[in-house]
Amino acid sequence: MSVAENQAAAGRGSARAVAILSSLGRFLVIAVTTYLGLLAVTFFIGRVIPIDPVLAVLGDRAPTAVVERTRREMGLDLPWIEQFYIYVKNAIHGDFGTSVLTTNPVMTDIRRAFPATIELATLGTLIGAVIGVPLGVLAAVRRGSLIDQIVRIIGLIGYSVPIFWLGLLGLVLFYAKLQWVAFPARLDVVYEYTFTPITGFYLLDAAMQGQWDVFYDAYRHIILPASLLGYFSLAYISRMTRSFMLNEMAQEYIVAARAKGLSEALIIWGHALRNAAVPMVTVIALSYASLLEGSVLTETVFSWPGIGLYITNSLQNADMNAVLGGTIVIGSVFIGINLLSDLLYRLLDPRTKVG
Amino acid sequence: MMLERFALRSRGLLAGVAMSALLAVPAFAVTPADTLVEGFAIDDIISMDPGEAFELSTAEVTGNTYDLLVRLDLSDTSKVKGDLAESWSVSDDGLTYTFKLKPGMKFASGNPITAADVAYSFERAIKLDKSPAFIINQFGISGDNVTEKAKAVDDTTFQFVVDKAYAPSFVLNCLSATVASVVDSKLVKEHVAAATPSADYKWDNDFGNAWLKTGYAGSGQFKLREWRANEAVVLERNDNYNGEKAKLARVIYRYMKESSAQRLALEAGDIDVARNLEPNDLDAIAKNADLTTASAPKGTVYYISLNQKNPNLAKPEVRQAFKYLVDYDALSSTILKGIGEIHQSFLPKGDLGAIDDNPFKLDVAKAKELLAKAGLPDGFKVTMDVRSKQPETGMAESIQQTLGQAGIKLEIIPGDGKQTLTKYRARNHDIYIGNWGQDYFDPNSNAQTFASNPDNSDAAKIRTLAWRNAWDIPDLTKETEAALLEKDSAKRADMYKDLQKKILDTSPFVVIHQQLEVAGLRKNLKGFALGPSFDTNFVGTVSKE
Repeated sequence: MSVAENQAAAGRGSARAVAILSSLGRFLVIAVTTYLGLLAVTFFIGRVIPIDPVLAVLGDRAPTAVVERTRREMGLDLPWIEQFYIYVKNAIHGDFGTSVLTTNPVMTDIRRAFPATIELATLGTLIGAVIGVPLGVLAAVRRGSLIDQIVRIIGLIGYSVPIFWLGLLGLVLFYAKLQWVAFPARLDVVYEYTFTPITGFYLLDAAMQGQWDVFYDAYRHIILPASLLGYFSLAYISRMTRSFMLNEMAQEYIVAARAKGLSEALIIWGHALRNAAVPMVTVIALSYASLLEGSVLTETVFSWPGIGLYITNSLQNADMNAVLGGTIVIGSVFIGINLLSDLLYRLLDPRTKVG
Repeated sequence: MMLERFALRSRGLLAGVAMSALLAVPAFAVTPADTLVEGFAIDDIISMDPGEAFELSTAEVTGNTYDLLVRLDLSDTSKVKGDLAESWSVSDDGLTYTFKLKPGMKFASGNPITAADVAYSFERAIKLDKSPAFIINQFGISGDNVTEKAKAVDDTTFQFVVDKAYAPSFVLNCLSATVASVVDSKLVKEHVAAATPSADYKWDNDFGNAWLKTGYAGSGQFKLREWRANEAVVLERNDNYNGEKAKLARVIYRYMKESSAQRLALEAGDIDVARNLEPNDLDAIAKNADLTTASAPKGTVYYISLNQKNPNLAKPEVRQAFKYLVDYDALSSTILKGIGEIHQSFLPKGDLGAIDDNPFKLDVAKAKELLAKAGLPDGFKVTMDVRSKQPETGMAESIQQTLGQAGIKLEIIPGDGKQTLTKYRARNHDIYIGNWGQDYFDPNSNAQTFASNPDNSDAAKIRTLAWRNAWDIPDLTKETEAALLEKDSAKRADMYKDLQKKILDTSPFVVIHQQLEVAGLRKNLKGFALGPSFDTNFVGTVSKE
């Protein structure tokens, strides 16, 4: 390499560094404004809804004097802007206040509820991806065949059937009639006494402690809601895979590979899917992120004490600290997963590899 | 060729995943033999401190885990019987109540139960001044005088001094409310947190409130092991209990919100009792040979109320007409089937002096006549705020239809429960449909809210249901107050009968039914019964076959 070429490479390098820095800076600015916007919108929605937050704390039967005192204690007699300032100040210090419904600090509640949701969402996405991707590939490769039609129908049902209805149906069939899965909860009653969670992911905790009966029980409880969520992400993932694969299969390099005499399997799995994998990552990540928001309906039907149920319950009861805290955590997760899928994108796409 | 092999392979893969997803041993689930498991929507619980809690689910837990001086007599709910108190007497001037405690009793912790514990329990309830404190402070007790008015004379004698010569039945009934539960003062004092005195809170400590929100310091048949919000409440048998010990070792209230999910779990045997069943699920359970149901009328009445700020609704004939425009029979045989009994007076059955005559029937002709007399022969337009849940929605739709027959055009404004309630409490509604559960088991609780309104101004300090509907009733207010001071229980009962008749006739309240609490249970349960109030849903008598 000549000196000139070296210099050019170095120039390219520093230009890349500047580009990365500026994109990082842009990302930070976007993240901070998104956060502030999120905070402001949720906070003010919480204040303008026609529900008296004191009602949430005291219920309908409290005497007037107690109501007025509680209003002062909660700082609700202050001007909105001052309430907002106090809230943001505390939030920056990681203090989201106390939940009215559970009497715990909001962060404690979230630390408890979020693992339940993550466990469910992870398993659901895993099921969705492991089945959905091959199904989508198959549908694309055998376009117009029976399997393609089936994938299309699965997708259609996944889009049009309400999840709580399918959930109840699943409960009636697999739980009530066949007794294949366990009832709506995370664990059986008997294990309430013998099992101490560590991370909050029951499957993992049970495996770590070698309590295989608990593991099996947790599995029997999680498998139905996870399959249900898995089904819905499968419907989405298989449809997207199909269209990505069709796109790839129409590319010239596939024709070239066929002409070279490569086997179909290698062409499909080794070339087409590898290229389709790049946008697939985004699709799967987004589907995962949306499950992490907490699938409220699934969590309600299956009495799953996750973040979706927590926030919905809080919202219905005007427990604004909990709603705000939950929204911010979910917002962070969304931003985090977007960043992560961005990174993965770079790793998988050869064009973004550093030469 | 390759493709086919691939298809075969992936078919195998799919089948494998499907198998593993469904692989589980079919087996009939059974709850542990020494444990009662109830499916229950316990999401109303916000605190387990008996000095603070005022929610229905908490009342059940407190009733089972704490003792009181006196308790409702379940064989005749217009009376009380001794719980921790062996006997009591009222001084001649009707101001001083002296309670003698049973000897040798212990808290679950093993600490002895003394009159000092009773006094401390009253002191903390009054000084904390949370929602239910008014049940005790209405006797002229405040933070400044409570240590004088509620005090231990010696280890087994507790004295309670009230400010007026109230009907003894009233005072004793109030002392049977959960806010008067006796806490283990020694244990609570170990968990007291410091507080900064302020204009609103004058004391330097929290009387253990922060700890008791989830902690336990009682002497009931069961002790509270833990409450995990929106997951479970776990009770364990108290082996130090002073009466007959509970039959089962533990009781678990599992959080389950949905009626249908509760029904499935009950049918499968994963829970022993389902507590929040809707009529259709209840029907299915009644038909199941392994299951049965239990029910009991509770102290909650459902009503619609007409805001007197609306000039049309303020006319006496219109108020009357509304009472003839509800199809009570149809409601009772459909929407309210199994969950409510038609009951038109404001005192629930079981209260001292409650009457059970239901004079009103759907009578459109009569209602039209009354409307014509009011100068509204063609009816009018009006709105009703309805929370989006059953039975309110179904009731509102039925009433909308019957009102229509008399030319009244009702617009239903659906809303979330807290939202309609906020509007109602600000008197901004036309018509509200809701329910009222009595605060303590005495006729005064409902009489005070339905039949008294000391100050009808917007800035009033006391805001009863009559106030919420801007119903100005100085005479009835006086009558309600007079009934409080009648020493003779029979005469007192008559005064309430009279009040109920007047309310039936003239009030802007159309009381429709009294709530029936229902539960579905497995047949192997013995001794399960729902009580007349939520704090008398005792589980200590339950056993399994």
